[in-house]
Amino acid sequence: MPTTSIKEAIVTFGILVMQLFNGLSLFTILLLMALGLAIVFGLMGVINMAHGEIMAMGAYTTYLTASFFERHLPGLMDVYLFVAILLAFCVTFAFGYLLERGFIRWFYHRPLDTLLATWGLSLILQQTYRSVFGAQEVSVPLTAWLSGAWEPTESIQLPLNRIFIVALTILVTLGVWLILHKTRWGLRARAVTQNRAMSSAVGIDTNRVDALIFALGSGLAGIAGSVFTMVGSTNPGTGQLYIVDSFIVVVFGGVASLLGTAASSFLIAQMQTTLEYLMSGSMAKVAILLLVITVLYFRPNGLFASKVRA
Amino acid sequence: MNISAKQGERFAHAGLALLLLGLLPLALGPYWLNLVGKYLAFSFVAVGIVLAWGYCGILSLGQGVFFGFGGYAMAMFLKLEASAPELPDFMVWSSVEQLPFWWEPYSSFGVTLASIFLVPIPVAFIFAYAIFRKRVSGVYFAIVTIALSMTLVVLNIGQQGETGGANGITDFSTLLGFDIINDAGKKAIYWVEVGLLLAATTLAALLLHSRFGKLLIAVRDREDRVRFSGFDTAMIKAFIFTVSAVLSSVGGAMFALQAGLVTPSLIGAVTSVELVIYAAVGGRLSVVGAVVGALLVGFTKSYLSEHYPETWLFFLGAMFIFVVWVLPNGLADLFRKILRVKA
Amino acid sequence: MDNALATTSFAVASQRPESIAASQPVNAKSTLMNGKILSIEALTVSFDGFKAVDGLDMSIDENELRVVIGPNGAGKTTLLDMICGKTKPTSGSIRFRGTELSKLSDYQIVRMGVGRKFQTPSIYEDLTVAENLEISIPQVHGVWASIFFRRTKEVRERIAYVAEEIMLKDHLRMKSGKLSHGQKQWLEIGMLLMQDSDLMLLDEPVAGMSPREREETAELLKRIANGKSLVVIEHDMDFVRSIAKKVTVLHQGRLLSEGSVEEVQNDPRVIEVYLGH
Repeated sequence: MPTTSIKEAIVTFGILVMQLFNGLSLFTILLLMALGLAIVFGLMGVINMAHGEIMAMGAYTTYLTASFFERHLPGLMDVYLFVAILLAFCVTFAFGYLLERGFIRWFYHRPLDTLLATWGLSLILQQTYRSVFGAQEVSVPLTAWLSGAWEPTESIQLPLNRIFIVALTILVTLGVWLILHKTRWGLRARAVTQNRAMSSAVGIDTNRVDALIFALGSGLAGIAGSVFTMVGSTNPGTGQLYIVDSFIVVVFGGVASLLGTAASSFLIAQMQTTLEYLMSGSMAKVAILLLVITVLYFRPNGLFASKVRA
Repeated sequence: MNISAKQGERFAHAGLALLLLGLLPLALGPYWLNLVGKYLAFSFVAVGIVLAWGYCGILSLGQGVFFGFGGYAMAMFLKLEASAPELPDFMVWSSVEQLPFWWEPYSSFGVTLASIFLVPIPVAFIFAYAIFRKRVSGVYFAIVTIALSMTLVVLNIGQQGETGGANGITDFSTLLGFDIINDAGKKAIYWVEVGLLLAATTLAALLLHSRFGKLLIAVRDREDRVRFSGFDTAMIKAFIFTVSAVLSSVGGAMFALQAGLVTPSLIGAVTSVELVIYAAVGGRLSVVGAVVGALLVGFTKSYLSEHYPETWLFFLGAMFIFVVWVLPNGLADLFRKILRVKA
Repeated sequence: MDNALATTSFAVASQRPESIAASQPVNAKSTLMNGKILSIEALTVSFDGFKAVDGLDMSIDENELRVVIGPNGAGKTTLLDMICGKTKPTSGSIRFRGTELSKLSDYQIVRMGVGRKFQTPSIYEDLTVAENLEISIPQVHGVWASIFFRRTKEVRERIAYVAEEIMLKDHLRMKSGKLSHGQKQWLEIGMLLMQDSDLMLLDEPVAGMSPREREETAELLKRIANGKSLVVIEHDMDFVRSIAKKVTVLHQGRLLSEGSVEEVQNDPRVIEVYLGH
């Protein structure tokens, strides 16, 4: 009967839209996670296995901010999130800066050593979190105006906090792109990563640029971690969950390309949500990993790497 | 003291044999000896890592895959023997009706032994050759190995009924009727393990002294040049990776015997990366160093986890950083410098 | 640009005295290619649209010593890269004694008899001079062969012989990282000699050498040219004049001129491109 099939169509359409939105939401989450890593790995060739723990740093900062607001500024709870994100960025940015200057820069040109050293750092950070915050999970209170969902039609419910994340990711990605491609500093940064000797010869302080790039990557991780408190709780092991996913996204997309990272996050997110619909969560994960490994086999430099003269 | 490198190495091997065959069994009681046995299992892997990473530059962060394979192979045999004629207990708890087909062969000791030594060979070789042919960089290889070990862990845990899931396989009692839980049994296993380990270290040393050993170094430092001398470097790398895989598998089997249990965590990234550090601490260019490193780090882990559990991760993390930053060639290098061994 | 010069040198070659490696029987396949050891047709390689080598045709005869010159960016190194298998051409063919090289991988090409010396000395710095030479022995290319390899008297003699040719006889036990720049270049040439390559590709063999070393290298190349084919890339025109019979000039990936040193130097096209020398 016409009415029933229209109803069915609307419901199916609704499901489709929500599926797409799930994919979109996951895409933005992966992108946000991978962005900081792409900057550091892609621009500088530094493998930071502690990237997940820096995200956790952002998350814990947010938790602390929320607790502070709860206790001292309960009236301003509605806006604590913005303060928290900003604070998370600042804390992780500073940490990244110091880390690069004091630690990372000794391992340039030794990528495998950087991998191991930063893995060691991640262990130390994890234990620090455990000792300071305890081994159990902590979560932040829900921001009132972000709970609930937007329901444009009866069958479509899009959670508000996820919409917020999508919007924020778009803003952040645009911001990063603008910084790198439209500012003087961005130009200098790209010059240094492409030709260090020349850049130094024309008077660019390559050390500072290095530190700032790394700090930027860490800051982005901080924002990601902060934002994730809205969709999950935080414990000392949270960083480990994120790190391999982030690497896979970056490596899959092609290390030297922001566009590659974006495209890769998109593809992986879509694959994951579709597969999860068809099989169990863990099997979906296995399938994705195998797929990525296979693609990497045929295009070892990622999907979007350009062929460079040796 | 001024010793030549070759003499130094002979001393080291002799010292190790003395330590493992003489000193430790005499000085330690059964509990401690068992612990030593556990860590010696890791040292098999460490030797493989010295060969593949130290000498050939191949960093694999997925040795847990092969270690786990050997461990689970041995565990399956032991479990079947312990549960016979019924199904293993965890299968019963998961309402598994029949022994999965891939368990069947492991009721035979011969098949189990053969699979521990032989199965890793084609798997490791084909995987490594296919990848190295493509000139994938070291970093990508490391990341792929992490991803694969993660994948396997997920698979393993997911199939709870057939693999024991997150709890792993445990509760062994005998090996071919021979009691392996009592002190005498454990001591016998210790001797077998040490025997195998010393054989492995000797073979590794011989390999490294041959022309092939120089080739490994050449491939590590200047792979392009080696190819332009007419060598198929992918074959060389795949070969040494396979050797290290077999060593890991044997280590895993020994671990199952010594520890009395195997769990998916042995396969995963955390263990795999820790194994690299064992080798790095001892000295990534020293076979004997790797064994000693495994023992040292292992003991520290036991001690700290028991008395100051909070500090273990700090210590491990610091160890990673220290080894990479200050002592890239590990304690063995320190020794060499102290004894002023001529390079 | 005819082949008269080439055929003459080929005729002379067959009466040549004993060369460094065991003297080469004339390869049956080379007669298929009219005495040419290397034949390049319409060779093109493009990197993201930029054509480093563009429709190049050229050939090298057996036992010829050819020098390739050209301004920077002319495609000389890329040409060598493609011959030895480091880079895959986009189109065209490179035939070595009848076998198409563009389909083979780099180590296979080496085993066929093509050796390459790189622009910056590419030797095993951690190994001694003798070990560097030893690694280049062609019979030991397999894994098992390497494991069970024994340094026999023959091997030792061969190494000593080559070491003498490359003027490093007294440096056999020195770590090659400690050699001077010029000596490293000679070592690399020595490695090619050990490999017994029939076609040797030398990329700027005298770059960074003193005038004395350049002279000695010129002598070295003339000695080893007996019984082997050489393709040399160089910029130093004095050096080129002292060793070359035939010169090929490349420009922007294409063949600009070919002939004797004089012919090429007086070619107006070359003068225009090179401006001087």
